[in-house]
Amino acid sequence: MSGPAPVHDWATDFDHRDPRWIEDPYSIWDQLRRSCPIARTERFSGAYFPSRYADVKAIAYDTEHFSSRRIIVRETRPPLIPAPPITSDPPAHRPAKQVLLPAFTPEAIGRHAPRTRDICRALIARFADKDGCDAAVEYAQEIPVRVIAHMLGVPEHEGDLYRKWIHEILELGITDIQIALRASDEMVAYFAGHIAERRARPRDDLIDYLINVRIEGRPLSDEHINGTLRLLLIAGIDTTWSAIGSCLWHLAGHPQDRRRLVAESSLMSSAVEEFLRAYAPVTMAREVVKETRIGGCTFTPGHMVLLSFPAANRDPTEFPDADRVVLDRKENRHAAFGLGIHRCVGSNLARMEIRVALEEWLGHISDFRLDPRASVTWSQGTVRGPRRLPVLFGA
Amino acid sequence: MAEETRLKVRIDREKCQGHARCYALAPELFELDEMGNGRERGDGTVAPGLEHKAHLAQANCPELAIEVIEEQRS
Repeated sequence: MSGPAPVHDWATDFDHRDPRWIEDPYSIWDQLRRSCPIARTERFSGAYFPSRYADVKAIAYDTEHFSSRRIIVRETRPPLIPAPPITSDPPAHRPAKQVLLPAFTPEAIGRHAPRTRDICRALIARFADKDGCDAAVEYAQEIPVRVIAHMLGVPEHEGDLYRKWIHEILELGITDIQIALRASDEMVAYFAGHIAERRARPRDDLIDYLINVRIEGRPLSDEHINGTLRLLLIAGIDTTWSAIGSCLWHLAGHPQDRRRLVAESSLMSSAVEEFLRAYAPVTMAREVVKETRIGGCTFTPGHMVLLSFPAANRDPTEFPDADRVVLDRKENRHAAFGLGIHRCVGSNLARMEIRVALEEWLGHISDFRLDPRASVTWSQGTVRGPRRLPVLFGA
Repeated sequence: MAEETRLKVRIDREKCQGHARCYALAPELFELDEMGNGRERGDGTVAPGLEHKAHLAQANCPELAIEVIEEQRS
C-alpha cells in the first residue's frame, strides 16, 4: 500500500500519517515548538498544527472561530456526520452534553468498576501462566470494548466488529473517505436496529436512557440518539485501549517506575494522571469558520486545525521536564481529556478503566518487559497507542 | 492578638468543566453536583491541616477554575 508522500519540512508540510510521526511524534513536536509553533500543511485541503499548550488551549476555548462540526483531519471534507455533543457547537452543545453527564459522573462510573475488575481478571487468567502475551491485543484492547458495550447494552462479543468500524473511521478513513462513510452507514444501521428494539422492549441501559431523556421537555430525535451512540462506542473503545496500552508499554520499559508503582500503591492516582499527560492518546480537530489570529498566525476559514492535546502535554513551558514521566508529579494540568466545553464526557470512565486495568495487571504480573524478538506497533492518526505490544513475563 | 491566616477555596462555576480533579484530590474540600461539576463544600473554608490539599487541587485543575483565598483574621 502506498502511503502519503514523504514529509520534507514539518513546519510547512506536516502529515500525521507519516511513519516518522507515528514512530516518534514527540521529537517532531519539540522541534516545531522551537522553530514554528504553529505548523502548516497544504495537505488535507489545508491544516494547521499548534504544538504549544497555550495555543492549543486558546483554540479549544474559542468556539466562535473554531467549529467542532469536523473533528478529524482528513484528505477531503466529507459531508457532516453529526455525533452530538462532540460535533456540536454552542448553543446546541450544552443541552446535548448535559443529557449525558449524569451517566458519567465518578459515582455513576464507580458502579461499573467491579465488572471492569472481573473483565481484567478473566483476561489475565487466559495468559498468566504463559511466558508472555501481547498486552495490547490480549489485554488492553479487550477491556474498554466490554465495559462500554455493557453500558450501552450491545453485545460484548461483537468487539471485532466495533474495532473494525473504528479502524475504518479513524485510521483508513483519513485517506479514503469512502471507507469511513461506509463504516459510518453500517454503524447507523446497527444502532437503528438497537433503538427500534428498545422502543419495543425497554431495558435498563444507555440506549434506553437516551430514548427516555428530555431536553427542555422534548425527546431526542432518532438521528441525535444514533449519533450519540456512535460517538460513545467509538470514543469509548480505542482511546482507553490506547491509554492502557501506553501505560503498560511505559512500565515494560521502565523497571524503576514499575517497581515503585508496585511498592507504593498510593502513587496510582498521580501515576495515572502522569501517564495520561505523557501518553495522551487523543488528538482532535477543529474547522476554522471565521478568520482570527492566535500565536502570531492567521487562521483562514475552511482550513482544519489538528488539535493535539498530546503535543500540548509535552510543552516544557507548562510542564517542567515534560518528556520525563514523573509518577508523583504534583502540578499536572494536563489536557488529555481536552480543555473547555468539549472536556471528554467519558473522562471518569477512562480513569476508572485505566486504574483498574493497571491495578489488576500489576497485582498479577509485577515483572514484565518488552519482548526483544518482536516489535511494538503504533496506531496511526487521531488516536495514538500501541496496537501490538509483545511482552515477556519476569524481570 | 495574633493574626491568623485562614484559607478558603472557591470554584468558578463558569470555568469548571467537570474534570473532577479537585474532588479526586481533596474530597474534604470539594464535591460534585449531579452533572459531575465541582463546587466547594460549605462556604469553602479550609480546615486546619488541609491547606496542602487546597493547593494541590488548584495545581491540578486544567481549567484554572479554583481560587485559593487567604483570609486574615485577628
